[in-house]
Amino acid sequence: MNIPQEQMETRLWDYIDGLSSPAERSAIEELMAANIEWQQKYRELLGVHQLMNSTELEAPSMRFTKNVMEEIARYHVAPATKTYINKNIIRAIGAFFLTLIAGFLIYCLGQFKWSSPTSNGSGSSTLNAYSDTLNKFNWGKVFSGTYTSVFLLVIVVMGLMLLDMYLRRKKYQAS
Amino acid sequence: MHTGLTDTEIIRRILQGEQAFFAQLVERYQNYVFTLVLRFTDSREDAEEISQDVFVKAYRSLADFRGESKFSTWLYTVVRTSCITFLRKKKLNTSSIDDERTFLQLENQESGFTANTIEQKSRHAMVNEAIRLLSPDDSQVITLFYKGEQSLEEIGVIMGLDPNTVKVKLHRARHRLKEKMEKHFSYEVRELQND
Repeated sequence: MNIPQEQMETRLWDYIDGLSSPAERSAIEELMAANIEWQQKYRELLGVHQLMNSTELEAPSMRFTKNVMEEIARYHVAPATKTYINKNIIRAIGAFFLTLIAGFLIYCLGQFKWSSPTSNGSGSSTLNAYSDTLNKFNWGKVFSGTYTSVFLLVIVVMGLMLLDMYLRRKKYQAS
Repeated sequence: MHTGLTDTEIIRRILQGEQAFFAQLVERYQNYVFTLVLRFTDSREDAEEISQDVFVKAYRSLADFRGESKFSTWLYTVVRTSCITFLRKKKLNTSSIDDERTFLQLENQESGFTANTIEQKSRHAMVNEAIRLLSPDDSQVITLFYKGEQSLEEIGVIMGLDPNTVKVKLHRARHRLKEKMEKHFSYEVRELQND
């Protein structure tokens, strides 16, 4: 059984870090007892782990604490952010945008003629009638208004910003 | 002045106006902060300046620490933002701190270790040198896990990643660390294996 090196290391690291389930631990112990390759790899990884645990943190200069205390003597602890950010303002901004979106949707839906088209009972003619209504709908009127254009521009910019944030996050996670 | 108080108790006293108690937090976390900062910048002078700035910022915004996470976890977020701000200001090497090329350059600069120099290095120094050759992301994960005593979940919260992603990152970081040690400190690694 030739297990890929990466998979072997992943399982062994989980074992060393204590993240394996009891069943997995037993399986790995059996593998180590039976397979010299697993034993060697385990010793190798355990060496790195122990080395990391045995190292000490770097220390700043002896005067560090004194320097910090001298520096903070000039300051006071700032009040907690939540005490000076008024949640009502945040709620009002949210409500404003929701109203804006709702208004836009209502305006668009208001352009439709909702009266039922004349039908002879067949489904296809009803669909055709709806299709005609959609074709007759003046889309240009919806998108030609100044306010609508500004609104769409804001939405597009916000969308691009969100896309940028998402892609950056993906790139960061992949690196 | 060590009173054996917990972080939360110390913070409560500071928020009540007893500023001197902050010295205890500094003493407790200065090495942790300094080491983490050194993972971002190679200069000890810069690291000391940034670390000092971290504690000043932490002091000023201490009221924002709600105790929902460990103090060290919260402190790390201050470390990260301070380092990024500092590096942006200085425009170190005119490249992003996430740019792997920067660290390849660093690796090339530091690859000229002589056998004698290596022999003189302690284990501790060797590991720190090897960690410095890693990218900031790798060295941060390793430092937080081993020295910050942060769980995978806590590191995930700090870095905005899923714990499983952190686990994979940690495995890869350790793998790369092992490679660096074998490449640059082969003599010491052999000595360690013979121990």
